[in-house]
Amino acid sequence: MRIFDPHIHMTSRTTDDYEAMHAAGVRALVEPAFWLGQPRTSVGSFLDYFDSLIGWEPFRAAQFGIRHHCTVALNPKEANDPRCAEVLQHLPRYLLKDGVVAVGEIGYDSMTPEEDEAFAAQLQLALTHDLPALVHTPHRDKAAGVERTLAVVKESGLAPERVVVDHLNEVTVRQVVDSGCWMGFSIYPDTKMDERRMVAVLREFGTERILVNSAADWGRSDPLKTRRTGDAMLAAGFTPDDVDTVLWRNPVAFYGQSGKLELDGSGTPGTDATFEGNSVLRGVRAEV
Amino acid sequence: MTPDHLRTALTERMTEEGGRWLAGACASVAAEPEVVRGLFPLVGRRCGRGPLDPAVPHGWTVDDAARALLLTAVPLTGTPLLEEIGELYRSGDAAERRAVLRGLPLLPVGDGALPLVRDALRTNDTRLIAAALGDYATDHLDAESYRQGVLKCVFTGIPLTALPGLPGRADIQLARMMAGFAQERTAAGREVPTDIGPVLALFPDVRVPRHRERADVRSATTDRPSPREA
Repeated sequence: MRIFDPHIHMTSRTTDDYEAMHAAGVRALVEPAFWLGQPRTSVGSFLDYFDSLIGWEPFRAAQFGIRHHCTVALNPKEANDPRCAEVLQHLPRYLLKDGVVAVGEIGYDSMTPEEDEAFAAQLQLALTHDLPALVHTPHRDKAAGVERTLAVVKESGLAPERVVVDHLNEVTVRQVVDSGCWMGFSIYPDTKMDERRMVAVLREFGTERILVNSAADWGRSDPLKTRRTGDAMLAAGFTPDDVDTVLWRNPVAFYGQSGKLELDGSGTPGTDATFEGNSVLRGVRAEV
Repeated sequence: MTPDHLRTALTERMTEEGGRWLAGACASVAAEPEVVRGLFPLVGRRCGRGPLDPAVPHGWTVDDAARALLLTAVPLTGTPLLEEIGELYRSGDAAERRAVLRGLPLLPVGDGALPLVRDALRTNDTRLIAAALGDYATDHLDAESYRQGVLKCVFTGIPLTALPGLPGRADIQLARMMAGFAQERTAAGREVPTDIGPVLALFPDVRVPRHRERADVRSATTDRPSPREA
């Protein structure tokens, strides 16, 4: 099973996770820029984080045979802090970088006027930089948040097939399915979605325009939830080709719209990427 | 490595389209230096990546070479040139930073770009460390920092054959540091990289000490002689 995790915060994970992910079939991932659990207080803190997403983290991932890409944005939570909002001016130069395959995570947290402003401005950045957008939906008042999200996306002029609306569930997927946007699901140990509920959603809505991610971060989460979902799909009677559509071909199609996805056969069985250097491996080459 | 060497090597590794793009980019930069900031990130996509010579580990890549040529096209000197390459380095991703480091010996910057070399040597990214210890560091980096850089290569698994400054810049201090490293590795029952051998061989007075001073941490493997003694 080849797996592309379209949303996972590797900065907060260890090399054990990279190793386990590779063993489970993960060969590529996208790490969206988000907050760090502890709120940032300055623009410099964002820039160091973005630099890590286009420098150190891809290096770390490569040592375990995993292709790392990222998305860059001012996230909705921190859009509410005027000390952070200035980072918007720095985004254009990051959006030019090879590894940056979308603008994200953008969208709503508490649906404030500041979030409105940052969301709209960053949808315009996606348009002018010819990139897709990864849109986070709020955990509180989600249905209203999704509705407002779709309205803002529509108004932006960004084509719906270049937008993924993420963290959906059984209720909110119904709002997004007719919009033409991609539908993202974060599979968590005990919140958001679990793999059995995900299989039920796939039964009802099919595999088209659906992305499944682990969204693993520093909170209680599991970077192998993509694999567990693949296994649950097979157990429920989906074919290996269905699993490949959801866990590989769909994320490749969505982020491929950036024109910057570099997979070099990393998802083809038997042609795993080789990697050089080993400072993360502490003197031992990875066995893959 | 000279710009002409890079051009020749690139003609074999770059598509015609990539070559045309690079020629156009160099001409634009020559006319208007600040456009280099927008062009620099695009080089990998336009000119390709991959090693310039597949036989050389940690060597120049196609995008390194193309970016270095772009840097040589920047019509600035002195402080303005240093400021421009400093900005390209600081705002670059790992590949852009690596290319700036590789390009330094081709640019009239004296030892003014050493802060960039030191920045790269503070990272743990082997691509940056290897590029930082190229011809520019060989010619400009002080002895203490150079030794630390070499040791960092040994620790992070960068083959010392990738460093143009060795064995020329090896000194007795470096040999002592390597002997100490070999002792620790042997005491731990771990392998000692063979590529420190040529440096040690230059200084026969420096012996790899036995580790018996720390008898309390001896293990079953510690009686194995170190490669130096074998």
